[in-house]
Amino acid sequence: MTSSLLFNATTIAYLASMVVFFAFLATRNKGIGLTGSLLAYAGFAAQTLAIALRWKESYDIGYGHAPLSNLYESVVFFSWTIILIYMFIELKYKYRIVGAFVVPFAFLGMSWAQLGMQSGIEPLVPALQSNWLLYHVVTCFLGYAAFAVACGISIMYLVKARSEEGGGGAAGGLMSMFPPIRVLDDLNYRAIMIGFPLLTLGIITGAAWANYAWGTYWSWDPKETWSLIVWFIYAAFLHARFTRGWVGKRAAWLSIIGFAATIFCYLGVNLFLSGLHSYGSSKM
Amino acid sequence: MASGGRGYTIKEYVTVTTNQRGFLNSPWDFFCSLKLTMFLLITLAITSIIGTIIPQGTPAREYLQQISPAKFKLYQALGFFDMYHSWWFVLLLCLLTINLIACSIKRLPHIWKAITQPVTVLDSGLEKSLGNVVSFKAPGEPEKLQKQVAAFLTAEFAEPVATESDGTRHLFARKAPWCRLSVYFVHLSVIVIFIGALVGSFFGYKGFVTIMEGDSIAKVAARSGKEVDLGFSVRCEKFSVSLYDSGAPREFRSILTVLENGKPVPGYEHVPVIVNEPLTYKGITFYQSSYGNAGEYRFLVTDRDGRNAVPVTVPADGEATLPDGSGVHVLETTPDIAPYSPGLSGPAANLEIHAPGGGSERVVVYANHPELNIEHAKQHGTGPVIHFKGEEKRMYTGLQVAKDPGVGIVWLGCLLMVVGIFAAFFLSHRRVWVRIQHGTVTMGGNASKNQAAFQHFFDALADKLARECSGGKR
Repeated sequence: MTSSLLFNATTIAYLASMVVFFAFLATRNKGIGLTGSLLAYAGFAAQTLAIALRWKESYDIGYGHAPLSNLYESVVFFSWTIILIYMFIELKYKYRIVGAFVVPFAFLGMSWAQLGMQSGIEPLVPALQSNWLLYHVVTCFLGYAAFAVACGISIMYLVKARSEEGGGGAAGGLMSMFPPIRVLDDLNYRAIMIGFPLLTLGIITGAAWANYAWGTYWSWDPKETWSLIVWFIYAAFLHARFTRGWVGKRAAWLSIIGFAATIFCYLGVNLFLSGLHSYGSSKM
Repeated sequence: MASGGRGYTIKEYVTVTTNQRGFLNSPWDFFCSLKLTMFLLITLAITSIIGTIIPQGTPAREYLQQISPAKFKLYQALGFFDMYHSWWFVLLLCLLTINLIACSIKRLPHIWKAITQPVTVLDSGLEKSLGNVVSFKAPGEPEKLQKQVAAFLTAEFAEPVATESDGTRHLFARKAPWCRLSVYFVHLSVIVIFIGALVGSFFGYKGFVTIMEGDSIAKVAARSGKEVDLGFSVRCEKFSVSLYDSGAPREFRSILTVLENGKPVPGYEHVPVIVNEPLTYKGITFYQSSYGNAGEYRFLVTDRDGRNAVPVTVPADGEATLPDGSGVHVLETTPDIAPYSPGLSGPAANLEIHAPGGGSERVVVYANHPELNIEHAKQHGTGPVIHFKGEEKRMYTGLQVAKDPGVGIVWLGCLLMVVGIFAAFFLSHRRVWVRIQHGTVTMGGNASKNQAAFQHFFDALADKLARECSGGKR
């Protein structure tokens, strides 16, 4: 059994889970909903095993590092954290339907990684040879994943809010599957409550690492700046709850914009801007 | 305040934001307003994008190659080339600081009072304002009942405070009241981080220095342009690069020795410094940052018939001139050509030769195969014959040098921020009141956060208390 085989199984499990969740949306059959969840859990189990195996494989070939060192590995880990946070929210708050809006993110990540990227295990360049790599990447991506879940919930909120404004009507059947908008608003807040401290920790561990490697904890590098932009947006979201006129739809939009900024911080900065975070390129 | 999207219980926030007198009426209200907070956070987020698109701190001529002079002037006036230190960005940060100090000053006394002078009596007004209230009959001696309830609260929740007025007995218990302060600690942490950054920029410096193998330095060039005297010297004993089989770099390693008055400092001799493992001495830290070769390559240049031999030395980081006026620089060398060209052996150099009239060509010259060097010259026009004679490697290391006395303050601020955020999000100030009056026990409670979980807890607590009080009667 190799890790890449298991990663393929993971991708298929997330695809199946997503399709079943869409069927759940259409049929409102509880058994189908449960199947969707179980498929996502199975994919998560396979992925956990695959990540552990890849870690071991990197030791077997003599490189010996956590599988968090290049774009492929980070996208795979991102998918894993999205499902982790989703499982937490689902088990704690018992809203299975959220899976229909969250599992697609994980599936998209896995299929992009499996189909469009080099998956070879590479040695660590000197800049990444540090224990901070693990702390920094794990905290950042858990934060990103919580924001992905919050984004999925916010989309549900806007869909539901729109249908309620339109008086329910034809879509009423499907909409009755969704949690009440009050609950969606609350779930959105809770997901960000998980993500914001983790992002804060991610920025701080990144600053600590930069200080340790380069002697500067903050240098307004594009990646750093974008992580701060994301932080500002979610800080605004948290304050929005106490500000008149910012509750409800505007907060949902802030959450969606926040996740868009998160994705740009994660991928856009590397694709369009220059800086120190060029996943695995040979920088000192 | 978490559960129930609209049901925010924190009155003080609402009173500020519903204040319709307008921003202009009072500067104090302006700085206390959460709308200002929203405006500043969103403005900071949007404007910060500029500096990630326009390269920061690049020499002017490089900008002018990309953009028109008019645009350059405009951007320069707006501070876009060093925007995170521009007056308007710093102003935004200052406004944010004033805003969060003002908000804290406005709300803190109220919160402080709630913590230090809690309402310990459950009167009818308070009872109406609570979301969770339960009443049940509990006949029996009031004093005994009070003791029973007090013991129950101590065991199940927290030790209560008892108050008696007009024959009515009140008990009040609470948990984690101080967590209401956590949000102010988060605000404070932002200020602490700013202070740390200011201390670093006033009392510290960042610099860069290159040291040749075998040389030592006592001064570094700071980014501000000044030259800083270290007060000691640093010698580079050796620099080396190791590679993975794939050719990717594995490690950059400088061996450094700290010298005081020319003598090595015990414990700071031959210290290996690699990326992610810097060397710190007397608050100044040296980080592996770059490297290079300042050695030289030696060649013998002759006519095609072997006469007029002239030695030519090419510096590793530069160019030399050949007798015929063309320039030459070395692209790469190898101590043994065999792996690349089977059948050949010994050192070889790959050169680029620039003819005086323009045009350039690349040529490989050998140390052990003079006949190949001659043959090449004969086949290619008029150039001289070049023989490779060897090289002197002389590596230098490039080190970032930093002194930042503010960094400890910054970490303190970060710690405060993380602890504060966790406390603000995940701890809840929970209060329970019990009133014993005319054989009736009334219990009420509320929480500052996570109402759903508190309701669950409260219902279970009330059930248990009711059972215990009736059991006590038997």
